Order: sequence, then C-alpha cells, then structure tokens
Amino acid sequence: MPGLVHVTTTINGNQTDFLCEPRQSLLECLRDVVGMTGSKEGCNDGNCGACTVNMDGRIVCSCLVLGVEAQGAEVNTIEGVASADGLHPIQQSFLENAALQCGICTPGFIVATKALLEAEPDADEARIRHWLAGNLCRCTGYDKIVRAVLDAGERMRAG
Amino acid sequence: MRAIDYQAPTSLSEAVSIMAANGDRARPLAGGTDVLVQLRGGRREADVVMDTKKIPELNTLNLGDNGLQLGAAVPCYRIYQDSAVAAAYPGLIDAAGMIGSIQIQGRATVGGNLCNAAPSGDTIPPVITLGGEAHINGPNGWRTLPAENFCTGPGRNALENGELLVAIQLPAPAANSGTAYLRFIPRNEMDIAVAGVSSTVQLDASGQTIQSARIALASVGPTPILATAAGDSLAGKAVSDEAIAEAGRLASEAATPITDMRGTIRQRHHLVDVLTRRTLNIAIRRARGEE
Ligand SMILES: Cc1cc2nc3c(=O)[nH]c(=O)nc-3n(C[C@H](O)[C@H](O)[C@H](O)COP(=O)(O)OP(=O)(O)OC[C@H]3O[C@@H](n4cnc5c(N)ncnc54)[C@H](O)[C@@H]3O)c2cc1C
Ligand code: FES
Ligand code: FES
Repeated sequence: MPGLVHVTTTINGNQTDFLCEPRQSLLECLRDVVGMTGSKEGCNDGNCGACTVNMDGRIVCSCLVLGVEAQGAEVNTIEGVASADGLHPIQQSFLENAALQCGICTPGFIVATKALLEAEPDADEARIRHWLAGNLCRCTGYDKIVRAVLDAGERMRAG
Repeated sequence: MRAIDYQAPTSLSEAVSIMAANGDRARPLAGGTDVLVQLRGGRREADVVMDTKKIPELNTLNLGDNGLQLGAAVPCYRIYQDSAVAAAYPGLIDAAGMIGSIQIQGRATVGGNLCNAAPSGDTIPPVITLGGEAHINGPNGWRTLPAENFCTGPGRNALENGELLVAIQLPAPAANSGTAYLRFIPRNEMDIAVAGVSSTVQLDASGQTIQSARIALASVGPTPILATAAGDSLAGKAVSDEAIAEAGRLASEAATPITDMRGTIRQRHHLVDVLTRRTLNIAIRRARGEE
C-alpha cells in the first residue's frame, strides 16, 4: 500500500511543502491538503476549466495533474492574483463588467485570462473566445466575460 | 481512483525496468489527459503510474536533416510554439492546436494521443500521412513501426507488455509537399471528431502535377485508417477538381463508420468525402507555398 509522499513546490511565490497520496490530483491537494479553496472543482475531468491553475508558465486543469507532479514546479493560483495593494485589473474589470453570477467559474477564468493578457494584452475577441474555450460558465452567457477581458486588456496596456 | 504508486524515472533504462517489473500493472503517464480520466473512471486500472516526462529521450523535440524527432512526452504547446517545427509541419499543427482546450494542450501529447489509440485521435491521421514512425523500446530492445500499424483497435495499440513509445519520427518534408488536417465537430472547440481527414501531397516542381498523396481518416472505423487507394489514385495526375473528387469518393469508400450519438454512417461517409477534398486543396496550396 503506497504511503504519503512529501512534495515541495512553489505556490504563488512561496515554497510550500505538503504530504499527499500519489493518486490525489493537484486540485485535491490545493483544496483539501494545503487549504487553498480558490480553485474550484466543476467536472473533475478536464472539461470545465474551473480548476485552472498556472503551472510552470502554462495554464492547466489541476484536476488532470497529480499532486506529486507538482514537485519542484511553480504553481500560481487565483489566491496569488490580487496584491497587497488591491485587486488585479482583471479582477476589477470582472467586477465592473458583471462578468460573474454564481462565481464558481470565475477563478478559472481569471487565471486563464491572466496568462493570455500577460502574453497578449491586445488579444481581440476571437482570440479571447478561443483561449477561453476550455472554461465553461453556466450563468453569464459569456458575453460579459469577454467584454471584461477586453476591458482588462485595455487597463493592462494603459499600465 | 484507487491507490497507486508513482514513479518518475529519469532515464530510459530505468523506465523500461519499471515497465518490465510491473507488466500490465504499470501505466505510463505523459500529459495524463486520457489516463487520469480513465483511472478515475475505473476504465483502466494500475498499481504503478510511471511519469514519462523526466526521461530525456521522451522529452526531445528535435528538427534536423532527418526530419522531426518528437519525444512521446512532448506536450502539444511545445510543438506549435516552435516556429521552425510549425513552419515545417503545418498539418501536424492543425491537429496539435485542436486537441481540447489551451489547458489540455499545455499537457496533452501526440505520443499519448497515439498510444491511447482512440479512433478519433486528432493527431494520428497527420502523423500517418506524414510518414511517421513509432520508435519503441522495451525489454527486447528497439523496434520501429509505421504509424498506420500502431493502433490495433479502439483503445488498443501494438505495444507489447513492458514496451514504451519513445518517440515519433517524422521524415523531413519533401520539396513541394504539403499536409492539412480538418475535422468536423458541431461546435468550434472542445469536442470529439465526428470525422477527421488528413491529406499529404507531393507535387512536381511546376506545382501542377501530383506525384504522390497519402490520405488518412479519423473517427470512421475502429482505428485511424490509411486510405491507400484514395491516395494512390492521385499519383501522376494533374491537379484538377475531377481528380480530387475521385480521391474524395475513394476515401469515403475506405471508411467503415458506425452510427453513434455523434453521427450516422451516412453522414460520416459524406463528411469523409468533403473533408478529403478540402484537405487536399489546402495541402496543395501549402505545397505551392501559397499559404
Ligand atoms: C477535456 C478534454 C478534451 C479532449 N479533446 C481532445 C480532442 O479534441 N482530440 C483528441 O484527439 N483528443 C482529445 N482529448 C484526449 C486527450 O487529451 C488526447 O488523447 C491526448 O493527446 C492524450 O495525451 P496525454 O499526453 O495526455 O496522454 P496520457 O493520458 O498521459 O496517456 C494516454 C495513454 O497512452 C499511454 N502512454 C502515454 N505515453 C506512453 C508511452 N510513452 N508509451 C506507451 N504508452 C504511453 C498511457 O498509459 C495512456 O494509456 C481530450 C481530453 C480531454 C480531457
Ligand atoms: S474540474 Fe478540472 S476541468 Fe473541470
Ligand atoms: S458565474 Fe456561474 S458558472 Fe460562471
């Protein structure tokens, strides 16, 4: 019977150690072991994007990563998006554009959006819709999300 | 998911011993986008999950005079972000940029797509038409298999117990050649192909005559299908709507689809015809350097 494995990883810039079973997903480890419940579980099979985190510079579904695979990795989650000075421009524009209702999908959308806009702050609507195709929202109908991302891009270009 | 042991070997020989020691109780894990879903859903079982991402030979993406050495653990994004690879193999990029979502492409590999052997695997038809070979290592050493012989049934491949797919080797693209892959899905993204077709053509220097062609099909049989007669029908023919229409008809004949929740037999035959003609036209334009 395999026991617990010690994993050392960097989460939002902080070295973090945790113990997990090899079968546990990174999402389970974040939520149930480390206690960071910002990343959400929607489908647990890669289809909804609610669990999106940034791992070594790429967005991934944390439900499809094993916690043990995070050994030595840089993981960035929704908890690391706001700073001590306040909300990130993406969060601010999601709020102002009413881009969320129940909010379950929002952490995933924001982590995915951040990766896009940091690389391509002038992404247009087609690019945004394509980039976010792996994030599902059952409430908003997407238009307000896309408008919020366009708006956030403008804010980030303005600095 | 039931308890598993996790191993992350850092050399090929270590990986092969883990596979040999555990037989079919060991499962390689590349991007995990198939295998973790299957283990969780109980469709596959394993005692040992062996992460292949730390094995150098499986992580190689090397474009050289002999073509592309594509390690079995290289995720899709690395393929399409490499501008030299993208320029040399646009037909592979059509498929690698289509799998799932950006999140999925951050993990999913062409090697995993091939080993998973789903009839709908999007990268398999272009790997076949490009003349890809599977480089395999196991307890009995190395062997090589043409990509079209790798998948043996839905979810089944030609690997023997203890064997690993190490890399997919694509030959260097011939002069005046082009490849394209298209699939039909009822949405824009995030769906499984109702039908998919890849075409590779090689033209003569004038760009007017087809010297050879290969056409491969997804989601219209128990495995991806190399439609040999359809490809061969184009050899030596001048580029024309008639020749392309004939190839479309022959490709459709090579399909052995079923009716399921995604589509009917009749619709799939029709889709193969249409997608064959479309991919041939794109492949010809690419061969001429027009796109
Ligand atoms: C939300 C979602 C959307 C998807 N969309 C698509 C799509 O549009 N098109 C498509 O084709 N697929 C799709 N897939 C399926 C999957 O992403 C692809 O098949 C992918 O290419 C698998 O690669 P992987 O690296 O994740 O494979 P893994 O899951 O790591 O492995 C797949 C299989 O191959 C075996 N394996 C892996 N590496 C080796 C090796 N080196 N030697 C021997 N065996 C090995 C594993 O044990 C496993 O059985 C989707 C999956 C999800 C979750
Ligand atoms: S919970 Fe991971 S994609 Fe839905
Ligand atoms: S706000 Fe409810 S799912 Fe998106």
